[in-house]
Amino acid sequence: MNAPLAKEEAFLQFLLRMGDNTLILGHRVSEWCGHAPVLEEDIALANTALDMIGQTQMWLGLAAEVHGPGKSADDLAFLRDAWDFRNVLLVEVPNGDFGRTLMRQFLFDAWHSIQLGRLMKSSDERVAAIAEKASKEVAYHLERSADTVVGLGDGTEESHRRMQEALDYLWPYAGEMFQSDDVDAEMVKAGIAPDPASLREEYDVLVSRILNEATLTIPESRFAHKGGRTGAMHTEHLGHLLTQMQWLQRAYPGAKW
Amino acid sequence: MSQVTTQPSITQIWDWLDAVPDPEIPVISLVDLGIIRDVAWDGGTLVVSVTPTYSGCPATAVIALDIETALRGHGITDLKLKTQISPAWTTDWLSEKGRAKLEDYGIAPPQAAGGPEKCPNCGSKHVTKVSQFGSTPCKAHWRCQDCLEPFDYFKCI
Repeated sequence: MNAPLAKEEAFLQFLLRMGDNTLILGHRVSEWCGHAPVLEEDIALANTALDMIGQTQMWLGLAAEVHGPGKSADDLAFLRDAWDFRNVLLVEVPNGDFGRTLMRQFLFDAWHSIQLGRLMKSSDERVAAIAEKASKEVAYHLERSADTVVGLGDGTEESHRRMQEALDYLWPYAGEMFQSDDVDAEMVKAGIAPDPASLREEYDVLVSRILNEATLTIPESRFAHKGGRTGAMHTEHLGHLLTQMQWLQRAYPGAKW
Repeated sequence: MSQVTTQPSITQIWDWLDAVPDPEIPVISLVDLGIIRDVAWDGGTLVVSVTPTYSGCPATAVIALDIETALRGHGITDLKLKTQISPAWTTDWLSEKGRAKLEDYGIAPPQAAGGPEKCPNCGSKHVTKVSQFGSTPCKAHWRCQDCLEPFDYFKCI
């Protein structure tokens, strides 16, 4: 049996999970910059990515503070290797086509908005403050990704087919967001964060309503890929993403501009 | 005479800050934007609390630099900038003066209804949303269906 987690260590893990989710998804979405189907979508994707990177600065900034002296949010983002990341696998999978990118965004935004709503009542006022700030941004991320999922799902024959394929591919990655472990138990005990499993019902109601409107069918299987948020095993895609994201700091340690 | 011999009053400092333009929308000041949350003397140190509009806004670093440059230009040497994220910035904090200047400049000011009241160019109420996202994180992209001009709308958050 594992020794019980110290509260500080569990808190650090929780902050890394929050910050790594927004960091990795923010980077993924930024890959669209200059490549989106139309200018308005390009700007929208870049803005969404920017919000998520901003949120990362707050979560990883607090993580660095909890970690102890000498660490910064930048150190955590640019100098850790794949096995130290704590994001869910959903956010590291490649973008695929525009439809898959927006489906992934919707599946994440729906969870994110519910999670931040709960975190606004956190017993830790720093967590509550970050959640309050981020939730304003995430509200319109969700509005946009849900609108786009409906527009494309209930669109042409081709856009419908692509959105259904995106959902079939991504759905097995949604379940990891609701898995609980001893880090979560510690956070619940301290009143810092909710039990992830407790968000599932609200999530299912929200997601089913939108996907129904999008004329898409949720796969029946509840099988879930996992290993990202615990760090046990990431997909092979994360390493490739990090080589690009961390390249500059790895090649020129400490570079600033 | 660049050295300040007596501490400038808090009102004086607010006036100085009201002359610092927002780097992205230079027609309004940082005070108009509502991001200066507090100005106070802590002994000999001037503490200015600033809140970001959007957490990823790239202008944040420039804003901090502009505040510092302006206040140092007025002879303040002992200065501390504090980032304050709670309560989160809201467009309710835009000043009336700032809202009017935005509209003059061609940016529709935020409305509780969630969309612009009228086209900032011709005043028509016949407007339509192009995208929830515009040229900066704080703006959305709209179009007037009468004069056909596209325009920025300052999002209400």
